[in-house]
Amino acid sequence: MAQATFRIWRGEGDRAGFQDYTAETFEGMVVLDAIHQIQAEQANDLAVRWNCKAGKCGSCSAEINGRPRLMCMTRLNQLDLGEPVTVEPMRAFPHIRDLVADVSWNFRVKKQIRKFKPRPADAADGTWRMVQKDADRVQEFRKCIECYLCQDVCHVLREHRLHEEFIGPRFLIYAAALEMHPLDVENRVQDLRDRHGIGCCNITKCCTYVCPESITITDNGIIPLKERVVDRFFDPLSRLFRIFS
Amino acid sequence: MAQYETHEHDVIVIGAGGAGLRAAIEAAAGSVSVGLITKSLLGKAHTVMAEGGVAAALANVDERDNWRVHFADTMRGGQYLNNWRMAELHAKEAPDRVKELEAWGALFDRTSDGRILQRQFGGHRYPRLAHVGDRTGLEMIRTLQDHGIHQSIEVYMEHTVIRLLKDGGRIAGALAYERERGRFKLFRARAVVLATGGIGRAYKITSNSWEYTGDGHALAYDAGALLIDMEFVQFHPTGMVWPPSVRGILVTEGVRGEGGVLRNKHGKRFMFDDIPENYRAQTAASEEEGWRYTQGDRDARRPPELLTRDHVARCIMREVREGRGSPHGGVFLDIAWIRERLPNAAEHIKRKLPSMYHQFKQLGDIDITKEPMEVGPTTHYMMGGIRVDGDTQMSDVPGLFAAGECGAGLHGANRLGGNSLSDLLVFGKRAGEHAASYAKQARPAQADAGEIEQAIHDALAPFERGGAEGPYQVQQQLEETMQDLVGIVRREHEMVEALARIEDYKRRARQCSVCGHREYNNGWHTALDLSSLLTVAEAITRSALERKESRGAQFRDEYPAKDDRYGGFNVGVRKSAAGSMHIERLPLPPLRDDLKQIIEEMK
Ligand SMILES: Cc1cc2nc3c(=O)[nH]c(=O)nc-3n(C[C@H](O)[C@H](O)[C@H](O)COP(=O)(O)OP(=O)(O)OC[C@H]3O[C@@H](n4cnc5c(N)ncnc54)[C@H](O)[C@@H]3O)c2cc1C
Ligand code: SF4
Ligand code: SF4
Ligand code: FES
Repeated sequence: MAQATFRIWRGEGDRAGFQDYTAETFEGMVVLDAIHQIQAEQANDLAVRWNCKAGKCGSCSAEINGRPRLMCMTRLNQLDLGEPVTVEPMRAFPHIRDLVADVSWNFRVKKQIRKFKPRPADAADGTWRMVQKDADRVQEFRKCIECYLCQDVCHVLREHRLHEEFIGPRFLIYAAALEMHPLDVENRVQDLRDRHGIGCCNITKCCTYVCPESITITDNGIIPLKERVVDRFFDPLSRLFRIFS
Repeated sequence: MAQYETHEHDVIVIGAGGAGLRAAIEAAAGSVSVGLITKSLLGKAHTVMAEGGVAAALANVDERDNWRVHFADTMRGGQYLNNWRMAELHAKEAPDRVKELEAWGALFDRTSDGRILQRQFGGHRYPRLAHVGDRTGLEMIRTLQDHGIHQSIEVYMEHTVIRLLKDGGRIAGALAYERERGRFKLFRARAVVLATGGIGRAYKITSNSWEYTGDGHALAYDAGALLIDMEFVQFHPTGMVWPPSVRGILVTEGVRGEGGVLRNKHGKRFMFDDIPENYRAQTAASEEEGWRYTQGDRDARRPPELLTRDHVARCIMREVREGRGSPHGGVFLDIAWIRERLPNAAEHIKRKLPSMYHQFKQLGDIDITKEPMEVGPTTHYMMGGIRVDGDTQMSDVPGLFAAGECGAGLHGANRLGGNSLSDLLVFGKRAGEHAASYAKQARPAQADAGEIEQAIHDALAPFERGGAEGPYQVQQQLEETMQDLVGIVRREHEMVEALARIEDYKRRARQCSVCGHREYNNGWHTALDLSSLLTVAEAITRSALERKESRGAQFRDEYPAKDDRYGGFNVGVRKSAAGSMHIERLPLPPLRDDLKQIIEEMK
């Protein structure tokens, strides 16, 4: 049976580094299978996060050959097995151990975004009417599985470490989903500029490329939000219009 | 002295899936202090995987639907072993719980007049499942999560509960360890809600995630609560079978709801060959009628592919066993054929079943708009669990509540698709509400310090033992044993053999050792989960042996028919004073007359 080498990040803090393991390969295998095999047979205490192994929960995020990906959705036949396959934790977040990063910052950020606030119900029974087309636009963003791979790749967080100023692509599309929700009446535009740092994003689109849910983060989410911010703050005509309407 | 931190809440909820989140939200609304504990990160619980939809008689698509029809469908599906009070409350309250999600931001697919769209699903007479494409669970958990973080709920992520603590007979809290650092934490509480989900990891081929080790079942059992219906494990008929890496991953019933058909290797729609008597009147007589049903023709009856899951799973097994299966030991599920009927079929499939399209394309190199899938049964859902009061969700242990998949009663011998997500909402809410009011009137409870000390000592034992074997091997063998000997078709001598093996695994589990230290050590976590799995495996096997008949999800080879003598009780499992597993028969309470009448009318 064929074998492949996996170069896995082990340890914690300064006592961490790559270690090589070999695993038996089989048809259809994904990187998470290899990690499990190594964990069961060679390194019982190997730390890794995963839940569904079906690309649905967004737990198994890692950097495979340097690229942010879900381990459970990365097939070995997409990789060059002639070289060792490197597997590392997401680097934009503090490291805990082995392949596990501390993603708690994301949970804190989400709480700062103003929550959903619906308009009064449309019907006497307390329900609303919406057309599918309006739902569709937002449903794209709501496919997000919170894997944070987009956060991991975004240079504003990864290189510039602006975690205090910038909420990152995941939460920009979260805000977009709320802003474009057919029922929502809250206004988050000022927050987006002042507290969420939308201005930090310079539309490199790296986030869109890594999203395992193929959400068009930049074009459909961030750019329209930026336009709203611009309209609100820099366009005197529309501002006048707002005052008088 | 063992070291641990102490946290104090009125109510703690263990589990942050749909049931746990809904319970925590409701308890917080009762203005008590609430702690929510979850083994994984928030938003990753199993509920996120649910695909097809949430069942509620909203009657948006077919105005003939109402709670009475939903009630009767649920009871028929459960072969009348259900807790009828739960089936009643569930059918009545599910519509409000779904509408409430919309008020919290959920965006369901719409009907042409702008209301929540509902789809057909097996065993439901009318289109009843509110859905969002094939990612309904994600929508539901995210809505609850995003609403929940703005309520006053303290969330403890990546904390695993290993013991429930009692004060005399009643609940006093729980002991957990933090996965990240391996520290122990004592949660003192007056009421505890268990919402830990299912047990699928007891089997080798499963659609369930690693968390499904039956912790809640085992915690409650150890605390003296009664478990019921443990013989009823649902095997979903359609899991992926190829490649080996993805074996077991679910293929939603929605594929069949949208017109997908099952064929054997000769291209025959074998489901037409075996339609059970009690479903004959509701099943399509021809392929043509079945197709019309999936396209919303209200006069058509459902195709036999949408019969209950236990039945479809056994038919697939039969085809495979008799040599008519697909190349990798399944059968074919074909949705691509609908291009003969629909213009733009490929687009339609991608829009209705996006995750299925994605899943097969990415993991199996198959384009489901062009070629059939290969599918076979996979372990999916646990009907059995903690016995609760239908109104309050309280177990036999005062102050201990249960909701969601770890609870039992609503589904009886077999669950209908979509009835779980609605179960989580209806009974999650009820559990949260009643746990809060219980906590308000209860005196403070005191956990026993010696017991805590002992529990910590036991949990750390795997580090102390120098045994040669790690936990993974024992777990893998247990999964294989359950798959081979206590699976879809059960035989007496095989189950007796399984019990003997389980005893051996228990012995080995007590000796297995782990390396490294306590910080995020998956080996250690597995060693601790193993004890829950073993309890659950034994309970399933003993209950299955007790029920010498075939009913719902349980199929006994020696007793292939339903037997009236077994129709009047649930099988119960309790820990005896000596620590061994005790099996009992619990007669069903008589059905209320008005409900009996509904069932008669809808027969
Ligand atoms: C692939 C798939 C598709 C499905 N599709 C549908 C569908 O379309 N419709 C439907 O109605 N049902 C569906 N189901 C079933 C349904 O999803 C589950 O039954 C339901 O989500 C269970 O929810 P829950 O809240 O009970 O538990 P879960 O959502 O599993 O949550 C369990 C929680 O308990 C926590 N936990 C467990 N043990 C411990 C412990 N020891 N300490 C601390 N925390 C712990 C976990 O971390 C988790 O947070 C599907 C199931 C699967 C697998
Ligand atoms: S487009 Fe913006 S948010 Fe996305 S990676 Fe680039 S800078 Fe970050
Ligand atoms: S937007 Fe995409 S990449 Fe970012 S967290 Fe969501 S699913 Fe992951
Ligand atoms: S384990 Fe759930 S996305 Fe990979």
